[in-house]
Amino acid sequence: MAIRVQNPGLSTTVQDLGRPGYFHLGIPIGGAMDRLALRAANLLVGNDEGAACLEAVFMGPQLEFTADTGIAVTGATMPIKLDGEEKPGWTALEVKAGQVLSFGYLQAGARIYVAVAGGIDVPLALGSRSTYPIGALGGFKGRPIAAGDELPVGAVSATKAGRSVPEALRRSPGNPAELRVVPGLYWHRITPDSQRGFFADPWKVAPEADRMGYRFRGGHALDFVPREQPFGAGSDPSNIVDSCYPYGSIQVPGGKEPIILHRDAVSGGGYFMVGTVISADMDLIGQLQPNMPTRFVETDMADALKARADRAQLVQKIRDALA
Amino acid sequence: MSIADIKSPLPGVFYRKPSPESPPFKDDGDAVKPDDVIGLVEVMKSFHEVRAGIAGVGIRFVVEDTDAVMAGQTLAEVQA
Repeated sequence: MAIRVQNPGLSTTVQDLGRPGYFHLGIPIGGAMDRLALRAANLLVGNDEGAACLEAVFMGPQLEFTADTGIAVTGATMPIKLDGEEKPGWTALEVKAGQVLSFGYLQAGARIYVAVAGGIDVPLALGSRSTYPIGALGGFKGRPIAAGDELPVGAVSATKAGRSVPEALRRSPGNPAELRVVPGLYWHRITPDSQRGFFADPWKVAPEADRMGYRFRGGHALDFVPREQPFGAGSDPSNIVDSCYPYGSIQVPGGKEPIILHRDAVSGGGYFMVGTVISADMDLIGQLQPNMPTRFVETDMADALKARADRAQLVQKIRDALA
Repeated sequence: MSIADIKSPLPGVFYRKPSPESPPFKDDGDAVKPDDVIGLVEVMKSFHEVRAGIAGVGIRFVVEDTDAVMAGQTLAEVQA
């Protein structure tokens, strides 16, 4: 059993839940930008929820299946077609050998996840099948898939076609998208006006946003509290002495355009960070398309932990619904 | 003759010119062949060519250079 790639889409990569444990060496966790959607897709086809899927951004691939199998597509809203016939998202689908999966134009969200029964069976690299294209690591030959590729699929699991993830358990960003942020260690570096403005201003996703970082523009530039730059820090007021960058941290080079570091992030550097997007909202970022209006909402650690627990409960509800 | 839409395959920023100093790929009123590039969409730090996908005459752009566009949004119309 294999998947033949007829058209790869814009940038379609093999992703699972990533490779934790190597960020201190500069190798990011990687994995699905929208982990909930990946888990749901896998559960629908009877896979382990961390099996490898295809993540396609903005544009769907065109794929042919060489054997009968089960598939599911979750995440962004994009018309799903099997041999041209439209099929529902977030639903287990039966596929016959030789059938072709294709997609219409993206309607909402940014990334779809295609799970196939058995999972995409590329070799493990540092414990994960996720593709880290910048490091040419993992996935299918360390790169996005290309026309003519044959993707190996693991031993087929049992898919009960027709099962769906209930709509109430799907999660997508609102409009404007709201991302909860805990102010960070360098919060004091910007003026009180800028602290207020950061949360009050309307922002928009910039077209440069990708798996490494999501860039935003449209809000006011940040003003820094004057200081003599410490030894080791660059000369720009947005520079700090090099530090670790957490996932979700928001750096603002030059005080101008906030960048949220995401799954393929760099692990450290010399830009100050205003704060960190809470873990429960990281998946939402993966579903933001360019020009999407976005607001940053101030929160604290207690609420962030509560949101994290709520999030875990939502995943459990999906498991229960599909058990 | 009927009017056919040329749509953006991607969300991003639409450009009618290959570079700021260059003339546009197509001017209003030009004829197009299916393989003709009519513009670029910038997203994720790269530029993607948009081809007409259809043969026609009298192209008319309905979005401006550097406009933000959605996937599936009509960029231009042609008489096909």
